[in-house]
Amino acid sequence: MSQVESWLRQSWNHDVVWSLRHSPTAIIAVFSTLICVGGALFAPWIAPHNPFDSASLSLSDGFTPPSWTQAGNTTYLLGTDDQGRDILSTIMYGARISLAVGVAAVLFSLVLGVGLGLVAGYVGGRLDAFIMRVADIQLSFPAILIALLIDGVARVVLPREAHDDIAIYVLTVAIGVSGWVQYARTVRGATLVERHKEYVQAARVIGRSSAAIMLRHVLPNVMGPVLVLATIHIATAIIAEATLSYLGVGVPPTRPSLGTLIRVGNDFLLSGEWWIAVFPGIALVVLILSVNLLGDWLRDALNPKLR
Amino acid sequence: MRVEKIGRDFDVSRPWLNRVLEREPRRSLCAVNEVSFSIRKGETLALVGESGCGKSTVARMIVGLHTPSRGRIVFDGADLADPQSAPLRRRMQMIFQDPYASLNPRWRVRAIVAEPIVAHGLVRDQARLAARVSELLAQVGLVAEDGDKFPHEFSGGQRQRISIARALSANPEFLVCDEPTSALDVSVQAQILNLMKDLQTRLGLTYLFISHNLAVVAHIATRVGVMYLGSLVEIADAKQLFERPRHPYTRMLIDAIPDLQMTGKARTPVAGEVPNPLAPPSGCAFHPRCPHADGRCRSERPELITQEPGSAVACQAIGRRVGLDHSSL
Amino acid sequence: MGKPLLEVRNLRVEFPTRHGTLCAVDDLSFHIAPGETLGVVGESGAGKSLTGMAIIGLLDPPGRVAAGEIWLEGERIDNLPREAMRRIRGKRIGTIFQDPLTSLNPLFTIGEQLIETIDTHLQSGRRTARQLAIELLAEVGIPAPELRLDQYPHHFSGGMRQRVVIALALAGKPRLIIADEPTTALDVSIQAQIITLLKKLAAEHGVAVLLITHDMGVIAETADRVAVMYAGRLAEIGPLREVIHTAHHPYTRGLMSSIPKLGEGRDKLAQIDGAMPRLNAIPPGCAFNPRCPERLERCTRERPAPLPVRSNFAACWLYDR
Repeated sequence: MSQVESWLRQSWNHDVVWSLRHSPTAIIAVFSTLICVGGALFAPWIAPHNPFDSASLSLSDGFTPPSWTQAGNTTYLLGTDDQGRDILSTIMYGARISLAVGVAAVLFSLVLGVGLGLVAGYVGGRLDAFIMRVADIQLSFPAILIALLIDGVARVVLPREAHDDIAIYVLTVAIGVSGWVQYARTVRGATLVERHKEYVQAARVIGRSSAAIMLRHVLPNVMGPVLVLATIHIATAIIAEATLSYLGVGVPPTRPSLGTLIRVGNDFLLSGEWWIAVFPGIALVVLILSVNLLGDWLRDALNPKLR
Repeated sequence: MRVEKIGRDFDVSRPWLNRVLEREPRRSLCAVNEVSFSIRKGETLALVGESGCGKSTVARMIVGLHTPSRGRIVFDGADLADPQSAPLRRRMQMIFQDPYASLNPRWRVRAIVAEPIVAHGLVRDQARLAARVSELLAQVGLVAEDGDKFPHEFSGGQRQRISIARALSANPEFLVCDEPTSALDVSVQAQILNLMKDLQTRLGLTYLFISHNLAVVAHIATRVGVMYLGSLVEIADAKQLFERPRHPYTRMLIDAIPDLQMTGKARTPVAGEVPNPLAPPSGCAFHPRCPHADGRCRSERPELITQEPGSAVACQAIGRRVGLDHSSL
Repeated sequence: MGKPLLEVRNLRVEFPTRHGTLCAVDDLSFHIAPGETLGVVGESGAGKSLTGMAIIGLLDPPGRVAAGEIWLEGERIDNLPREAMRRIRGKRIGTIFQDPLTSLNPLFTIGEQLIETIDTHLQSGRRTARQLAIELLAEVGIPAPELRLDQYPHHFSGGMRQRVVIALALAGKPRLIIADEPTTALDVSIQAQIITLLKKLAAEHGVAVLLITHDMGVIAETADRVAVMYAGRLAEIGPLREVIHTAHHPYTRGLMSSIPKLGEGRDKLAQIDGAMPRLNAIPPGCAFNPRCPERLERCTRERPAPLPVRSNFAACWLYDR
């Protein structure tokens, strides 16, 4: 019992927790992130309706405005879209897809970038030069263009009937590939520093293999900045997903993400049914803002110079 | 066990590839030049010299962190450049200068100390591994519970003890110590030096001890080699070297040691500074600072000549200076 | 004893952290007479460098002088406004830091930096300042000063740079120089040159020196009196000879005998077990008591004040009579 207590006290006084307790912005960011993520994660259980259950939909409920307006209906808190789907529920389900794609894409970039950066920094020489030149070339194009390119190639290469099923994976890979460069550069720089430290040389003298040194010695010591980068990158990846979906190359409308919802709602924006586009838009802004604030705070909290 | 070595190194420092294209020639820096010595089992050979004299490069070549560009290193009869001799590496370990950088900050002490055992697959049984780590920690004056902590929870001296425990864990016979106490405070330095001496007698270790501090070297070494600008200028038994230094540079270093007993008395400062190794002086590298230099020193590079068994000096003036020495000392 | 040049009374330097306030220098008092060299020794973390920084008013925030007074030539300087303190630095107190590379600005020539300093502090006009700068460089042993004046710091070797730093410290004709580890970054042979130079100049200019170092050898050659610090507190202070040969405080004695010396027996070095406590874990009573071979019962409860022992003062209950 006392062990648990002391562990709790220790983590309560840990640097990161301490700086969280002393930053109102961070507390707000954590709360709104928790609400967004929680809402998305538990959508099937807490959403008021299941928007993808065609049996429960009725077109007669279509275009119901939000509940507080005159024509509103308390069954649909934020109103419904053209097919009678509850906006609040579609947002929760949409955020689920947005978050899933964002996190998966970040993980993909992270593994790819960290791996390449580690090898480039540790092995050095021509391999390093090659990897970093590829990174430079990729950096000279906007990330969204790279993602569009990969998406386009995948559409041509893969059979047409499979498009809708695998669209979400193609999207994830496309966004993931467009983002690895940052990780590779960060990790390579940190690895170059760590490689010359005596503990790495000690491991070499001991007789560890290069792979073991990279994975067990260098990797844990370069992960700090990478995790900060990843948090901020999640927001960027969600935006990229929303952009692609808005452009119509992302996830199919049968399984809409926030970006798809905004695109669909856009058609009705000028005809008076503003809520169909505006509420998913607000949800996207809140989600990205809170994840971003969280990432910024984490970067400051982990930076020893600002402590 | 013998470490017989005729090692030489050649470090190439070149400007970036792009600058090579801009008609800048490749430049090479000779960090270590034709250094030869041998270490007998159970003795402590110290290499001393000022910064940039190549003593650390020699240490790093021996443990395999740098590959020598010329010459060879022989350990217990086998050439270390030979891939067949890789298993020999277990028998030599290194202790580094900076106890704050030489331990991985994210590992627990237990894992740090166990690393060589795990890397060489010496003990596979977890319980026996834990027992061995506790034994090693006890051997360097720490307690078994310290194994669960992280390096930042220890002071500099304790970290150096952890470093020593790690070096000992694979049962090596030969330890290369690169300035093991220069980052420590004096009272802690004494602890570490005493510990190293204890371990040497108990485990029959052989040390190569790199240091710039002659007083420390006098305390721990049985033989001493003095290096200047990449070359060995004198090597002799410790007692003999300190009582009768023969190379003018050795004498200069000994004179420069602050003497606590003669308080207030100034040392005789030596003129000049260590030359740039990219443009070493011709002939004997020490001649611009040497009080005995003559024309021959400026043109000819002196060889390391054995004068008595176990001692050798690289100085041309030595013969004609003998009479002069005894009067000036 | 005449009027002291610098007097430090009950100085206390604190670092507020979120885990509580750390007391890095605690109740430290000493004085320096004009022209005298006081050596301050101690292991890393003993608070010796912070003492120097506190005197010149350059403590890094959040560090602050929490108590005590610092008097320079009868004037209290620890509570001066920043502008007034800035005028004292360089003019009345010169400083020499450990790393000559960082104490010179790499973007300006040696001459520009020297002339600037001389002109600011002596209002001599640039032409006279240049002449003075050349004289100073010659005095610190830099060959061909007229030519070297127009070179940048990277043209100089470590030892030469430290000479330039000494010239800079002397430029304002100060009465006191604070030298913080002036030889630590240098090779032994260069070290001897710099120490000799510092001693010679201090004597010629009649400058007092506060020499902060961990190297007892440097102190032994340079200082007139020595202050030994331990865990932010004064352990012992007294004339050089007495501290070195007949130290009274058990810590000083342990420190002296743990230094390896030439021409000594080849057996074990005397050692002090344990390590200096961290600032957040200073034991009650005497800070040295857990490591002390002569600990008394009261050492663990009461903190000793510096007590007179012959010509020294030692903060140790052994000398309470």
